[in-house]
Amino acid sequence: MSLLATTTLKGPHVDFAALSPLMALLGGAAIVLLVGLLGSRWVRAQLVPALSLLALGTAAGLTIWQWNAEKSIVAGALRIDSLSLTLNLILIAGGVCTVLLAWRSLAAREAAHGEWHALLLTSIGGMSLLAAAQNTVALFLGLELLSIPLYVLCATELKREHSLESGLKYLIVGSVGSATLLYGLALIYGATGQTDFAGIDSALSSGTLATDPLTLTGVALCVAGLCFKASVAPFHQWTPDVYEGAPTPVTAFMAVATKVAALGVFLRLFDVALIEAHASWGIAVAVLAAITIIVGNVGALGQSSLKRMLAYSSVAQAGYMLAGVVVASKLGAQATVFYLAVYLFLNMAAFATILARERETSLGDSVAAMRGLGRERPLLAWPMTLAMLGLAGIPATAGFMGKFYLIDASVSGGYTWLGVVIVIGSMISLGYYLPVIAAMWMSEAPSPADAPPTTAAPTPGPAPAEGALPALAGGSPELDEDPAYPARAGAVARTQPEVALVAIVSGAAILFFGIVPQPLFNLVHGVGSALGLL
Amino acid sequence: MPPLSILIWLPAACGVIGAILCTLIGRARSSSSGAAPLASGVESARTDATPDARGDGWDVPGVVALIGTLGALGLAIGYIADYSPGTSGLTHVTDVVWISELGIHYKLGVSGLNVFLVGLTTLLFAAATIAANLRSWERPRLFWCFFMLAESAVLGALLAQDLALFVAFFDLMLIPFYFLTGMWGRGTREQRVKATIKLVIYTLVGSLLMLAAAIATGVLAAQQGGGHITFVLSALQAMPLSKGSQEWIFLFFAAAFLVKMPAFPLHGWMPDGYRAMPIEVLMVFSGVLSKVGAYGFLAIVLPLFPQGAAHFQTLMLVIALVSILYGSAVAFAQTDARLIAGYSSVAQLGFITLGIFALNPQGAQGALLQMVNHGLVVAPLLFIVAILSRRAGGSEDVRDMGGIAFRAPVLASVFLIVSLATLAMPGSANFVGEFMILLGVFQAKLVIAIIAFAGVVMASVYALRLFIRAMHNRVGKDVDSREISLRDGLVLVPLVAVIVFMAIYPQLALKRSEGSTKAAVASAQAVADPASTAVASLVPGRPNVPAPSRYCGPNGAYATCYEGTKTGSSNP
Repeated sequence: MSLLATTTLKGPHVDFAALSPLMALLGGAAIVLLVGLLGSRWVRAQLVPALSLLALGTAAGLTIWQWNAEKSIVAGALRIDSLSLTLNLILIAGGVCTVLLAWRSLAAREAAHGEWHALLLTSIGGMSLLAAAQNTVALFLGLELLSIPLYVLCATELKREHSLESGLKYLIVGSVGSATLLYGLALIYGATGQTDFAGIDSALSSGTLATDPLTLTGVALCVAGLCFKASVAPFHQWTPDVYEGAPTPVTAFMAVATKVAALGVFLRLFDVALIEAHASWGIAVAVLAAITIIVGNVGALGQSSLKRMLAYSSVAQAGYMLAGVVVASKLGAQATVFYLAVYLFLNMAAFATILARERETSLGDSVAAMRGLGRERPLLAWPMTLAMLGLAGIPATAGFMGKFYLIDASVSGGYTWLGVVIVIGSMISLGYYLPVIAAMWMSEAPSPADAPPTTAAPTPGPAPAEGALPALAGGSPELDEDPAYPARAGAVARTQPEVALVAIVSGAAILFFGIVPQPLFNLVHGVGSALGLL
Repeated sequence: MPPLSILIWLPAACGVIGAILCTLIGRARSSSSGAAPLASGVESARTDATPDARGDGWDVPGVVALIGTLGALGLAIGYIADYSPGTSGLTHVTDVVWISELGIHYKLGVSGLNVFLVGLTTLLFAAATIAANLRSWERPRLFWCFFMLAESAVLGALLAQDLALFVAFFDLMLIPFYFLTGMWGRGTREQRVKATIKLVIYTLVGSLLMLAAAIATGVLAAQQGGGHITFVLSALQAMPLSKGSQEWIFLFFAAAFLVKMPAFPLHGWMPDGYRAMPIEVLMVFSGVLSKVGAYGFLAIVLPLFPQGAAHFQTLMLVIALVSILYGSAVAFAQTDARLIAGYSSVAQLGFITLGIFALNPQGAQGALLQMVNHGLVVAPLLFIVAILSRRAGGSEDVRDMGGIAFRAPVLASVFLIVSLATLAMPGSANFVGEFMILLGVFQAKLVIAIIAFAGVVMASVYALRLFIRAMHNRVGKDVDSREISLRDGLVLVPLVAVIVFMAIYPQLALKRSEGSTKAAVASAQAVADPASTAVASLVPGRPNVPAPSRYCGPNGAYATCYEGTKTGSSNP
């Protein structure tokens, strides 16, 4: 009896400390959702985002608390190590920026603030799970947990057709990607009889399983499925449409966080579980990376919508980062994570500026909205300039360091040609980054006559009354957000402080880490050894 | 002497300080008086930005910038004086680990190769700063920030002794020029934007290939040597790469440097870029940036990739030769005075490349001297073009000029000195430089040297044509001949004085650069020499050419030869 009692009463050991960042995110999502149900406008519009920030801050604090931990939790399904903790930090930073950008956005208001922020936090939770996944089940769980909220988030500007279209497109393409990946994982399970990464690795290392057609088909399907998520060519077609249609804060989040999660799982699955089959997938993924770099950069040329341009640019950047996965070395993993951190700042600076201009002008996310920004709003123009230069990989920006590290890893791993493709991609990319800079610094601001809807133009609803209000920073949200008259050309629209803050902090980080990159190197220092790579 | 970092960062710091001071003063003025914004510093005080307009310059950021450039010039003169002629290694070394993971050091040092180019850079920037101060710029704070950042980046590229640091500075120095051209350039907005995009893409195509090649150099050297990755030049030199790697890496580096110079097939950005740049910016761009490319060959490519350099020696010599002939011919056909200067630069840089790829000390030393000379000549030439265009109704076309010498004897004589130096008149330092280059090539590749002599003749044709069409001839229809003002003289006189000084005393540069140039070409020469002697034996005239050892003393360098004859003649 006593034996039975002790055995039944002894529950599984739960390492709450190691799980705490994830719990903070998902618990935060639940609290935010509930608080969002309260009636008060103030609670919904101000308290909910503040609570989201608090949840993200707590998660960041707990991540740092766990910093030197290296252990498997939840029966070996997740692993808390340097890679997952570093990616957590990047994800949370991305989440904080997104919450700030969305503070006064139409999307969060239309979708009810509580739900919007709960979805965002859940998605970050899914990414965090994905970054820590140690078996294929946890991997798929994390992937769906991040994807499903994102499908909804894309469609949260309920009254704008493009937003709904974007959500639907993402849902369909994303589901195809998920299904492909799931099929691939199933085939790998079928070949190896294992679901956890270490088991797959040891199964592949013995015998000829690494070149078995069943395994290889599984690997190929996994590559395809993850390439959908990371928008790697030729699985990238959805990216421009979805990025363009989604609300700008969501686009910013997708650009950064999805990439982080997808590349993280690329590192875990390919550089750990399937490392024995590297001879088979290495060259294939290298070719995919090269194609992605070229396709992304060429596609971005001549785009007039900045969000579309950045979508193609993100395709290209995914190609750069894939180079770090391909070489399957310690250096490669570190270079990839380093670039992800850099990429966060580059994209946040760019998207914050785009968002600010979307709210100030009637030109939306077109390049023309940037015209004359250097003279009118240097504090916004500088972060955007640095972001463009950084994405192109110009020295004195963090982007240069990131590219340097990636090329270094490629050459060390014997993929010198891939390093050359990266620089060729950078050359092409100047063809679309520079016109943005030229628009900001070398052209006059669009005259009021150019801007189609002005206060004089017929605007639906109670436009005249509201148009007459002074447009102050932090003024009435309706005034700032309503798409019917976001553009009060001539009115002295001031950038909202939180958007400017994101832009300026990201811009400063681009410059700072371009000159003093050591903190970022320290951040990614343990990543490679955590994966057990040489 | 203070550390080199001060020299590098002083200009950039002055640019930033000037902008801050300007903002503070602008604020104080507007708050105290509330009056209309003064011309100095307040952005709204916009004056006509055409080169012809003479606003009252000397605003706060400009003056602070001038202090910075003069300070840098003073430091550079100090380094030149401090560099004793006998040394061949680095002096004033600063070596700090910048990024330990990547093995990148922040290593700076003065060598015989860069000490005079640093002097040239600071001199030309000081002159251009004075020139730019003579008119007022729209958005002066930004202008001076970029202008000073450009000087810092160029100095950094010249002084860097770490390959990755060099590449970073080399790429960085383009960015200020991109903004300077795009925001303050000539022509319509579309023309400027087009020109700048062309300029940046052309030059960065080369630079980014160089980035990949530089990283490959560090990584492959570490793999071969088995050590930790490093990019320090001296360490890389000790771990030579295999011949195959050297060859492709050489091509990538050559692409970067040849675009920057520019050399013949890669000069497509040059006409538009030259036309779009403000003349003050063009003075330093043409005078200094092209030299960084040539310097890169001498300081980086030859020591690190000697086998690559020897393998592609003929190719490079042919490119240089074609650049000389093409540049000279087009310069002769041009009517835009600016482009005459531009294409003459292509030709001059062709001579410099020719000297470098002679792969012997004479050629290299001549190339180095010629780099300094060309910088000294082209900057005043461009400034004179600006002066001429003001006298010819704003046109820079030589057909609209003519007869300007009539009431401007000082301008005419200054212009004549510069023109004669451009065409390498015997007696000028350019003559010494070209002579040594041709001597070097003569020993390496006889046929190419003979064809290159044509370039010397053609230089006199286009240089004199420019002078005659502008200063003599029939008076142009809008020409209003007048003497140069004292302010213009402030820019021209120091430059011309240095040209004259170098003509009288070229040994100043030759003696100090001798050891370093010999070290730079030594390994490449060792690879190339067997080939060149094999070729020489086929050429019947060759045995008559005196060997360098008999001709110029044991070192075979011009400076010692010159010294030797002097002491020889005075001693008996």
